[in-house]
Amino acid sequence: MTTTVAQAEEGTASPYALSHLDSLESEAVHIFREVAGEFENPVILFSGGKDSIVMLHLALKAFAPAPVPFSLLHVDTGHNFPEVLAYRDRVVAAHGLRLHVASVQDYIDRGALRERPDGTRNPLQTLPLTERIQSEKFDAVFGGGRRDEEKARAKERVFSLRDEFSQWDPRRQRPELWNLYNGRHAPGEHVRVFPLSNWTELDVWQYIAREGIELPQIYFAHDREVFRRGGMWLTAGEWGGPKDGETVEKRLVRYRTVGDMSCTGAVDSDAVTLDDVIAEIAASRLTERGATRADDKMSEAAMEDRKREGYF
Amino acid sequence: MSTITSEELSATTLLRFATAGSVDDGKSTLVGRLLHDSKSILTDQLEAVERASASRGQEAPDLALLTDGLRAEREQGITIDVAYRYFATPRRRFILADTPGHVQYTRNMVTGASTAELTVILVDARNGVVEQTRRHAAIAALLRVPHVVLAVNKMDLVEYRETVFAEIAEEFTAYASELGVPEVTAIPISALAGDNVVDPSANMDWYGGPTFLEHLEKVPVSHDLAHCHARLPVQYVIRPQTAEHPDYRGYAGQIAAGTFHVGEAVTVLPSGRTSTISGIDLLGEPVDAAWTTQSVTVLLDDDIDISRGDLIVPTKDAPATTQDVEATVCHVADQPLTVGHRVLIKHGTRTVKAIVRDIPSRLTLDDLSLHPHPGQLVANDIGRVKIRTSEPLPVDSYADSRRTGSFILIDPADGTTLTAGMVGESFAAPEPVKDAPDDDGWDF
Repeated sequence: MTTTVAQAEEGTASPYALSHLDSLESEAVHIFREVAGEFENPVILFSGGKDSIVMLHLALKAFAPAPVPFSLLHVDTGHNFPEVLAYRDRVVAAHGLRLHVASVQDYIDRGALRERPDGTRNPLQTLPLTERIQSEKFDAVFGGGRRDEEKARAKERVFSLRDEFSQWDPRRQRPELWNLYNGRHAPGEHVRVFPLSNWTELDVWQYIAREGIELPQIYFAHDREVFRRGGMWLTAGEWGGPKDGETVEKRLVRYRTVGDMSCTGAVDSDAVTLDDVIAEIAASRLTERGATRADDKMSEAAMEDRKREGYF
Repeated sequence: MSTITSEELSATTLLRFATAGSVDDGKSTLVGRLLHDSKSILTDQLEAVERASASRGQEAPDLALLTDGLRAEREQGITIDVAYRYFATPRRRFILADTPGHVQYTRNMVTGASTAELTVILVDARNGVVEQTRRHAAIAALLRVPHVVLAVNKMDLVEYRETVFAEIAEEFTAYASELGVPEVTAIPISALAGDNVVDPSANMDWYGGPTFLEHLEKVPVSHDLAHCHARLPVQYVIRPQTAEHPDYRGYAGQIAAGTFHVGEAVTVLPSGRTSTISGIDLLGEPVDAAWTTQSVTVLLDDDIDISRGDLIVPTKDAPATTQDVEATVCHVADQPLTVGHRVLIKHGTRTVKAIVRDIPSRLTLDDLSLHPHPGQLVANDIGRVKIRTSEPLPVDSYADSRRTGSFILIDPADGTTLTAGMVGESFAAPEPVKDAPDDDGWDF
């Protein structure tokens, strides 16, 4: 029995009140089913990070006992954590899913993209992603973005219309009225869909705990060779570190988000279980991105600019 | 560093609420204060605000910067569109639809209120109830938001006087009741000084009610389902056709209203075919009953033809279907809506062709006067429309059911969402609207 009736003070809840997790789960399932009913060729962006894992879990629940009627797409920066890639491949095999991989490395090898001086590849994901959306004619693309992550995302819609260049125009977004999502689009355009729009980081973790969802081990405390750069602990590796003056040390760390090795920082932590992680996050005074993502610190308008270009 | 109790991590309820008010009323400051005092602003967010404030030469951190997300807004110092914010207390999780309150942003307020169970209307204690306040009250009434909070802000600028608050509260409550607003809670606050937002005010010991946040934590979030018509719009038909489930046929959807039970006789609209519920699957577990807003899969005794867009209802409580829909609408697109306009109407999970047969009147929110036959509605207009649909739709009155009494109109050419519609009477009260002097007898 996963449904829990919310505990609340007398007079504030009826036996029919859903708990916050049940409300969010029900809403996300509704979003998946709307897309299945209205689009020809949807795809789920799947990175092996916790948000995309929760998205896939919700999609599996939404269509059970039938298989998920969407394929998966991973934009591989070439700097992914091996544990995460292994997890990705296990999940795809376990559920008989079809996985598309768009590779940043291929683009660099072909000369279609150039390595940045700082070595980070996150901003390089946009082109392989948008070209794959065009070539596969995906008309709905599920992303794990949450509106609590960053200020520009607070204005994002659950159904976010993108033009044929995948660009996001904040003034062209459609109002979200009731739960009547409007997914109509012209040929060549597509809609980005964010089923976790209303979830917070804590909601995601609580849901993972409630549902017993397995995660890659790097989300839990482990000993790792890291070095300090830009105020973050980065994993040493061929991707570009450590450089002169940076020293590697072994620390007990975990990751709060999983992205490109070059811009995803680990945090000092001794949280080895889900409960430990949830307690740590609940007590944390740093937002998830602020603590661990170098790319969001660029400027006040950084995320807004990258969304306009077609970033997630 | 806040300490976290296990209670904070257990299941709580979720309240969706919306704010209405202008920059001048201190709305951004109230939202910033709420996030700040409920310890929902984290260190790095506060640092970013401090950095940005300092770079602009402001001395104190500007809490409004926490909520103004886009560059255009920061440059112009205004808020565009609806932003969604998230915070939690040990008692409850909150989703706030933060909407700008300028006159040209009626559509954003309508959008925010459409999913809200509570609306906060902000007034400046020095100005009291102004035209904009009446407009905000009318939108809350039109959208049938169950709970309305009047936050009388800037009490510090009127020496925290009870008489000032009492007069404003009385005037507003009388006006809102006239519109049929079921419940108004008035709270005297100072967002800037923090009085009665999260912590009780030492400056207003004459006020014995809850602080703003306490009220948000305690207001009931779910309705008495006994009087709701049960409705399940079918989103998708689940047919695995696998060796394990050769004959499984489930109708997936989110219950829009009421409760369904296994064994209940149901009718499928618009076809009118009947069957009995043989099972309800609640995301992987069989249950005897399910209710709004659970996402479920319903199994029926008979193999009848059902597809996306159909509505499953109890046989004993089925709505009538109609091709003539009369509704109050808010026009949300930049291009106008005109008589004769060919559109698509999305109601529940069904989208069909329709034509705008008539626009009997436009409503002025400031004084609730009616202007007959405006010929068209432009962005942010509220009015009455008559729509002829290409197929029968099982619409409820919006007064009975916010989810099955609402619809959107879509431009078939470019997919733009044109109009938000609410079926049936505009207001709960009998006749709050005044006819314009040149009225020709249209009954609102």
